[in-house]
Parts: sequence; structure tokens; C-alpha cells
Amino acid sequence: MSSANDIVRLESISKSFGGHGVVHNLDLCIKDGEFVTLLGPSGCGKTTLLRIIAGLETQDYGRVFIGGKDVSIIPPNKREVNTVFQSYALFPHMTVYDNVAFGLKMSKVPKDEIKERVKEALDTVMLGNFADRMPQNLSGGQQQRVAIARAIVKRPKVLLLDEPLSALDFKLRKQMQTELKHIQRKLGITFVFVTHDQEEALSMSDRVVVMNEGVIQQDGSPKEVYENPKNMFVAKFVGEINVLQAVIEKTINGKLRANVEGRQCRLTKKHTYVEGDSVKLLLRPEDIRLEHIKDADSDYPLQGIIEETTYKGATLDSIVRLDSGTVIMASEFFDEDDPEFEYKTGEKVAVKWVDGWEVLLPDD
Amino acid sequence: MMRTLKIGYSSLVYAFLYVPIFVLIVYSFNASKFGTTWQGFTLKWYQNLLENTSLMTAAGNSVLVATLSATCATIIGSLAAVAFYRYTFKGKKVIMSLVYILMMAPDIVMGISLLILFVTIHMEPGFITLLLSHITFNIPFVAVTVMSRMKGFDKNLFDAAGDLGATEFQTVRHVLFPMMLPAVVAGWLLAFTLSMDDVIISFFVTGPDFEILPLRIYSMVRLGVKPEVNALCTIMFTLSLVIVMISQILNREKK
Repeated sequence: MSSANDIVRLESISKSFGGHGVVHNLDLCIKDGEFVTLLGPSGCGKTTLLRIIAGLETQDYGRVFIGGKDVSIIPPNKREVNTVFQSYALFPHMTVYDNVAFGLKMSKVPKDEIKERVKEALDTVMLGNFADRMPQNLSGGQQQRVAIARAIVKRPKVLLLDEPLSALDFKLRKQMQTELKHIQRKLGITFVFVTHDQEEALSMSDRVVVMNEGVIQQDGSPKEVYENPKNMFVAKFVGEINVLQAVIEKTINGKLRANVEGRQCRLTKKHTYVEGDSVKLLLRPEDIRLEHIKDADSDYPLQGIIEETTYKGATLDSIVRLDSGTVIMASEFFDEDDPEFEYKTGEKVAVKWVDGWEVLLPDD
Repeated sequence: MMRTLKIGYSSLVYAFLYVPIFVLIVYSFNASKFGTTWQGFTLKWYQNLLENTSLMTAAGNSVLVATLSATCATIIGSLAAVAFYRYTFKGKKVIMSLVYILMMAPDIVMGISLLILFVTIHMEPGFITLLLSHITFNIPFVAVTVMSRMKGFDKNLFDAAGDLGATEFQTVRHVLFPMMLPAVVAGWLLAFTLSMDDVIISFFVTGPDFEILPLRIYSMVRLGVKPEVNALCTIMFTLSLVIVMISQILNREKK
């Protein structure tokens, strides 16, 4: 996995606080220029991992490399990484200018150069006119930008962001997501971004590292993580998902016939399971198609009853109780050509999905 | 009904606390020598006060001791507060409780124990012993004042400073110190006032050559309250009031 252009390399990192393990024997390589997101529920060790890269926590075991150099025991002030803190951590007794200039002053950069670079950094985050303000006189979004400017002004090899957008309201968060992406492309700095918001992780990252209980659950592109979750944790944590019980009945050239929730279905995608395997069949709500059942004894494999429909603007979300009792959710886009695209509560519908879009995981 | 009761009750409490002070201030301007009846306005007592050189010397001594002890206690107390806030070390909790205990300890106990100490090590009671004692009893007050302000600081600020390349010393110098400065000044003012009006501890540890104001006043009132004492107390009260107000303003959280 490791290669020459890894900017960050973590080797078997372990960390515990007061006897409670937070990170377990974790390996991770981050390439130069990548936008990597550490995604997981609170307490999964993602922030601790970030702080270990920054040097703000010391790992109990393992080694940390930044830019090929072993920095395992190097203090944070000597590491070429900078952090954007969740609480922003702006110095309350300094102006915006002095906040941004702080890092440069500490490393004795000449005054003229400081001036130039602070201006450049503030322009990057579009706060050029706010240099003389005090942080407490800025809005949350502006404080956030100052925190980013302060962290990028030293041109770190890696920028670490600890849930930087969690305190912002929805609209501002969306805006900052796009802006952060722009800043990252413009500066070409590696970003390591920590979040518990899966949507944020998917939309911003080149690579998503899903963590739980101090262990990496899956490490891949947003598409891989969303479409091919490796285990139930990833499947359930990243986006909405329906879980159906299935048993493989027959395999023909890798294609399967399975008993799904008591009904026989054919699965056209190749899977490696064999006859008799008990599996979970996972379907994203947007991959499900519902159909009105016209004639009573039609032979659709999966059927159910509409329990509730919710109009969501772009989609119609339906909750369906299958004949087996399992409840699933379908999220369908409105069809312009079908004015009767709606379901009545209690109506019987057939449940289908796009061939091959299902995910099978072993049942355990 | 409830409202009147509430207002009445709190007025009574405040009256009990402030009426005597108010009476004292009024009487400091009273022309009557025996202070029970009002015989017209005068500034005579203030003038007498200024002409009383031994009293003025005592006042000067008090200001000197208060300034020096407040300054030393502020330096030591603030450094202690930084150590308690920033670092973890063995026995930290014990040392912290010792600070609080020192603050709670009755003055009479401190006075006697300090006296015993000075006698044991053969120190002549006087300016130095008085100064050392005042520094000692002021340290916990400064440390606690500064620590209580630091409780509200975001610890991430210090991580951020380190992350931006500051050494531990630079972090304390450029981030922690400017942020705690208002509390340091407030602590100094508190120590100054405590030192200015301490009677009990000073009584034990000072010698006959070095007289300070509170002790002087104490010996004066043994022969009955002279109007000059009223005048002196008025001045001291006003001074304390100003100092308390300054320290309150400094320690107020900035919005």
C-alpha cells in the first residue's frame, strides 16, 4: 500500500485513554494532494487519529511519518501540518490579522513577507476587509474562515480539519463545503478531514476512510464506500439502506437464485456465495422501484403494502411492509410522463430493483 | 405583597451592612469632637490627619508593604496558577488543596505560626517579617483569582498555538499570559487591599519600629474613637471601593 508519494503514513498506531482503547493497531497511508475524510460516529477514534497526526496526542504504539520523515516523537510545533479546530480556537485577544500572522511570527518570517502572506490567506477565504476585526465580532462562518486562513498561511504539507463545519447552519455548511474543495484544489495541499456527516464525507472527498471503535472499516472512494459497503457497519452508517434476509438456493455460473424474504428472486450480478449460504441483501432506497399491481395473481417476486408516502419535492418516499413483515423504504424520482405517480396507503405494490445493484453481505 | 416583602428584606440587609459605613463617613465631616450630635460641616479632621506625621508614616509603611507584597504574591500566585492549569504533575491535587486551605486558615493561626517561625529562625520582627507574612497570605488569593478565570479558557487555544509552531514558552507568553492578564491585575488589586487592612497577622509579625496603618488605628481607638479615625477610614473606604471597582471591571468577561 505504501509508496513514495505518501505524504502521511501511519504504522500500527494504537492509543488508549485511561485503559480505554480508542485506536487499535491502525495503518493508513495518505497520498500527496489527496482529500481524505475520516468518517465515523462520535467516539470512533477519528479525532484522536487526527490529533496524533498533528502531534497533539502521542500514540502509545506505532509510528507516524509525514513527508517520508519519522515524526513519531516530534512535538506539534515542529511538524509541517496545521489544524483547523472544531471550536475554531481563535485567539480572542488578537485581531484577525494577528491570528493569521501568529504562525508566521512564531517561525520568525520577515515582517514584509508576513504582511503579504496574511493578505493572500485572507483573500483566499474572502476576508480581505476583516483584518482589523476582533474574532468575537465575527459571525460563525467568518470565524471559520479565519481559522482556515490561519492554518493555510504556513503552507503546511497537510491540513487537518476536525469537524470544521459542524457548528454552521445547513446552508452555510453547504457553501463552505464547496469553498473548502476550491481552496484544496487551488493550494494543492493534502486535506485530512474529520466528520461524522456521511453526506459531507461523500460529497467532498477523494477517499473516505470509515472508522468505528478505533478500527478502519472501509477505505475507498466515496462511490465504492456507498455502492459496495464491505460490512454491515459501513452499509448502515453511510446513507440509508434496506436490509433483507436471503438464503442462496442455487448457483448457475456464479448467478444466483435466492430466497429473499420468503420469495424467489434471481440475482444477475456475480456473487461468490454458494448454495445454502445465509446472506443479507442490501438495497439503497433510491435503487428500489415500486409498481402498482394490476391483476390479483400476478407473479412478482417481492410484494408489499404501502404504509406511508412522503412527498419530498424531487422524490416520493414510500414505506412498504413486505409480505414477510419486513419494512423497507423506497425513494423514487418523479416521472414527468406519469401523472398518476403516487401510491395510496394500503395499496399492494411490487418491489423491484435495478438488476445487479444489490449488495450481498454474509449473515452473521 | 411578596414583592414588598422581598424588597423590604433586602433593604434591611443592605441597611445593616452600609448604614454604619455611611454614618462613619458623615461623622468624618462633623464638627463635634465627640461625634454623637451633628454640629456642622468641617474638614478639620482631614487636616489634622495630614498634620499627624506618625500616622502619615504608618500610612506610608502600609502602602509600601501592600505594594511590595501584592507584587510578589501576584508573580508567585500567577505562576502557580499557570502551573496548575497547564501541567499535570505528581501531587498536583494535594498542592492545590493546600492553596485553598491556606486561604481558609484563620488569621490568628497564621499569625501565631508565622511568629513562631520567625522566633525560631531568629528573625527580628519588623519590615521583612511583615512583608514575608503578607506575601504568604496573599499568594492563595491571587492564585485562586487567576485560576478561576482560566477555567473559562478553551484549551484548544493552546493546542492551536503549538500547532502553529509556538514553543511552550511562546504559547504561555503570547496566548496564555495576555488572556490571563486582567485576572492577574485583579489579583494584584485584591492582594493590595487585603494587605492594606490586615490587622491580626500583622499584629503578630511586625515589630515596634515598623508601624502600619491598621495597627495604628487599632491602638488609637482603644482610647475612644477620635474623629481623625473617621476621616482616615473614609479615605480608606473610598480607596478600597475604587480598587474593587477596577478589579471587577477588569475581570468581567468580554462579550
